[in-house]
Amino acid sequence: MNNSKINQLKDNAFKYFGIGCTLFGILVLGYFLVNIAIEGIARINWQFITSLPSRIPGKAGILPALIGTLWILGLTAVIAIPIGVGAGIYLEEYAKKNRLNNILEINITNLAGVPSIIYGLLGLEIFSRIMSMGGSLLAGASTLSLLILPIIIVATRESLKAVPKSLREASFALGATKWQTTWMQILPASSGGIVTGVILALSRAIGETAPLIVIGALAYVPFVPSSPTDEFTVMPIQIFNWISRPQKGFIINSAAAILVLLLVTFLMNGIAVYLRNRWQKKVKW
Amino acid sequence: MYKLRSENVNVHYGDFHAIKDVSLDVEKNSVTAFIGPSGCGKSTFLRLYNRMNDYIEGFKKTGKIYFDDVEIYDSKIHIEGLRKKIGMVFQKPNPFPKSIYENVVYGLRIQGMKNKKMLDEVVENSLKRVALWDEVKDDLKKSAFALSGGQQQRLCIARTLAVEPSVLLMDEPTSALDPISTAKLEELIYELKQNFTIIIVTHNMQQAARISDKTAFFYLGELVELNDTKEIFTNPKKERTQNYITGRFG
Amino acid sequence: MKVKEKIIEGLLLLCGTIGVFTTVGIIWVLLSESIGFFTRVSIWDFFTDTQWTPLFTEKHFGILPLISGTLLTTLIAITVALPLGLSIAVYLNEYAPKKFRHYVKPCLEILAAVPTVVYGYFALMVVTPILQKFFPEMSGFNALSAGVVMGIMIIPLISSLSEDALFAVPKSLREASYGMGATRFQTSFKVLVPEASSGIIVSVILAISRAIGETMIVAIAAGQQPRLTFNPMVPIETITTYIVQVSMGDVARGSIEYQTIFAAGLTLFALTFLLNNLSFWIKKRFQEKYE
Repeated sequence: MNNSKINQLKDNAFKYFGIGCTLFGILVLGYFLVNIAIEGIARINWQFITSLPSRIPGKAGILPALIGTLWILGLTAVIAIPIGVGAGIYLEEYAKKNRLNNILEINITNLAGVPSIIYGLLGLEIFSRIMSMGGSLLAGASTLSLLILPIIIVATRESLKAVPKSLREASFALGATKWQTTWMQILPASSGGIVTGVILALSRAIGETAPLIVIGALAYVPFVPSSPTDEFTVMPIQIFNWISRPQKGFIINSAAAILVLLLVTFLMNGIAVYLRNRWQKKVKW
Repeated sequence: MYKLRSENVNVHYGDFHAIKDVSLDVEKNSVTAFIGPSGCGKSTFLRLYNRMNDYIEGFKKTGKIYFDDVEIYDSKIHIEGLRKKIGMVFQKPNPFPKSIYENVVYGLRIQGMKNKKMLDEVVENSLKRVALWDEVKDDLKKSAFALSGGQQQRLCIARTLAVEPSVLLMDEPTSALDPISTAKLEELIYELKQNFTIIIVTHNMQQAARISDKTAFFYLGELVELNDTKEIFTNPKKERTQNYITGRFG
Repeated sequence: MKVKEKIIEGLLLLCGTIGVFTTVGIIWVLLSESIGFFTRVSIWDFFTDTQWTPLFTEKHFGILPLISGTLLTTLIAITVALPLGLSIAVYLNEYAPKKFRHYVKPCLEILAAVPTVVYGYFALMVVTPILQKFFPEMSGFNALSAGVVMGIMIIPLISSLSEDALFAVPKSLREASYGMGATRFQTSFKVLVPEASSGIIVSVILAISRAIGETMIVAIAAGQQPRLTFNPMVPIETITTYIVQVSMGDVARGSIEYQTIFAAGLTLFALTFLLNNLSFWIKKRFQEKYE
C-alpha cells in the first residue's frame, strides 16, 4: 500500500470517528433520558403534581417546588429583563468608545465566567442578610437575576448590532431623538433576538440549584409560597433533596421530578430555538 | 437669497481630512447637484446640513454652516428640530419595517401628533405628492417591504415630506433603482423644486445635467468648481472638472 | 424633551453599571468575610495543612484536600471532553455535510441546557453502577463518574468554541493545503488545528474554569469527604460541594464555619478569575495575529 492510499484511509477513518464522537454525547444523553423516563414516568400523576412533600415517598409531591420555580421564573424575569435589556441598550447604542465603557464591557464578559455558587455567596450576604430578605423568593430571584444578566446583556447587544445603520439614520433624519429611535424602531426590529436570549437565560435560571441553596432556600417546604417574601423551594432543590435519600421511592420521585423539570427546560429552549430561526429568516435587510 | 450657506468648512475623521476649506451657497427652491468620484467628500458634505455626521466616531468640523442665516452647529441648536426642516433621502431605500401608513406618519408621531384625521390627511397628501397614492391607497396597512424598490424610495420621500421640511437632501437616491423608477424619481424631483430647496448627490453625470440648476464638483475633499449646470458641462473653468466630466477619471 | 432624553440616558447608564456593582459586591463580600476567617486561621495553615475538618470538633483548615478534589474531577472531565470536543469540531468544520451540521448543532447545545442537578442524578444513578461493574472496588460516591458526566456536559463548550477557531483560519491557508494534494485529515490536523491552537486553548481554559465551578454534579455524585488524593475511585469533596454542604446545614453567621465558605469561595473565585483572564489574554493576542 502506498503513502497516498494510507492517507486516504486515515481520512476516511476520521470521518467515521468524527461522526461517532458527534453522536456519542447525544446518544449518551439519550440513554440517560430513556433511563430516567423508565424510572420516573409511572410516578407522574395528578397526585404527584398537586401534593406537598411527605416522609412517605408515595404520598410526596412537587407542588411547592413547582410553584416556587414558577415564582422564581416570574420574579427573575421582572427584575432581570428591564435591567439587562437596558444595560445592553446603553452599551450598544449610547456608550461612546472610551475607557469607562471599555471597563463596563470587559466586566460583563468576566461576570459570565463566575461560577454560579459564587453568586449564591453574594446573594447570601447582600440580599439575605444586609437587605434582610432571608431565604425568600425575592432574595432568590434577585440572586438569579444577577447570574443571568450577562447572558441577557450579551444577547441584547448582538440583536441590536444586527439592526442596520440605515434604520437608525432614517429615523434620525426625520427628527427623532435617540430614545425615540431606540424605542420605536430599533427595539421592535431586534425584539426577536432579544426575546430568544431572554428565554434561554430564564431557562438557565430555573435549572440553577447551588446559588439558591446557598442563600438559604429550604429543602423541605410543606406549604405553597404565595408572596415574594415567602420562603420557598424550587424543582432542582427538591430533586437534589430526593436524590440524597436512601429509599428507592424517593429516587423514583426524583426521576419523575426531573422529567417535569426537563419538560419545562426543553420547552423553553425549543421556543427559543424556534424564535431564533424565525427571526433569522425574517431579518434580511 | 441663499437658503444654505457655508464658510470655510473643514471636516476631519480622526486623522483623515475629509472636507478641505469648502465655502458653498445654495439658492432657495433650486436643485443643486454634488458630483465627483467616490470618496471625494460629496456625501460627507451633504450630511453636514442635517448633522448626520455627528454620530461618526472621531468626527470634527470647523467653519460655519448657515440655514436661513442660523448657524446650525451652534450649541443652542435643537438638532431634532433642524432635521424636521432639513429632510433626507438615502442611497438605498430604507423604509421602516412597518406598514406604509406608519412609515409616512412616523415623523409626526414622534412629534406627538395623535389626531387620526389629520394623520390620514397627511398620508394622502404626502403620497399624492410623490405619485404613490394611486398605487397604494388600498394597501396602506401592508408592510412597506412589499413595495418595489422604486416605490420604497418614493415612500421614503413621502415620509420626509410629511414633516414639511423646506430642504431635501438626497444622497444618490436612484443608485439602487432601475431606469424606469429612476426616470419617475427625476420627474418628481423636478416638480418638488417649486417648493423645496434640493441638494442631490449623484454618481451619474447625465442625471446631474438633466435635473440640476447648479452643479458642484468635489475632488479629494475640495470643492473644485461650482457653477450653473449648463456651464459646468459645456464650459468648465477648471481642468480637473473637464477631466472628470469627460470621463478621464472617476 | 431634552430633559426626558437625559433622564433616560441616565437610567440606561445605571443599568449598564450593574455589572460593576456585581463585581465589586462579589469581591467585597468574599474579602470581608475571608478577612474574618484569616484572623483566626493563618494563611500558611490554609495552604499547607493537608486536612479540612471545619465541621468537626478537632478543626483543621487546610484547603488542599478541597483543591485536589476540585482538580481531580476537573482533570477527568477535560480528559473526556477535550478529545471528543475537538474531534467534533474538526469533523463539523471540515467533513460534515451542511444538513448534518444544521441538525446536530442544536442537539449538542441541548447537552449544555440540561440542568446540572439532572446530570448529578445520571452520575450517581446510572454511571456509577455501570462503572462498578468494571471496578468492583469503586465506592458509591467517587470522582470518576462525576468527572465523566461533567465531561459530557462540557463537550459542546469545547466543540463550539474550537469550531469557531477552526472556521476563523483564513481560507487561503486551507486552499493552499488542498492545493498541495493534502487530505481533509492532513489539512485539519497539520494546518488548521495548529493554526487555530490559541482558540482551541481558550476553549479548553474556559471549559476548565466551568468544571472547577460546577457544583451539583459533584455535590451529588462525588461525595463529601475532603481528602488529599488523586484516586478517582473513592469519595472526595470539591470546593463547591463544601459550600453546598455547609449551606444545607445550620451554621450561625459570624461563626468560623460560616466564614469558611467565604474563604473557600474566595479560593474558587480566584482560580476561575485567573483562568478567565488568561483566556482573554490569549484571545486578544490571537485576534491581533489576524489583524
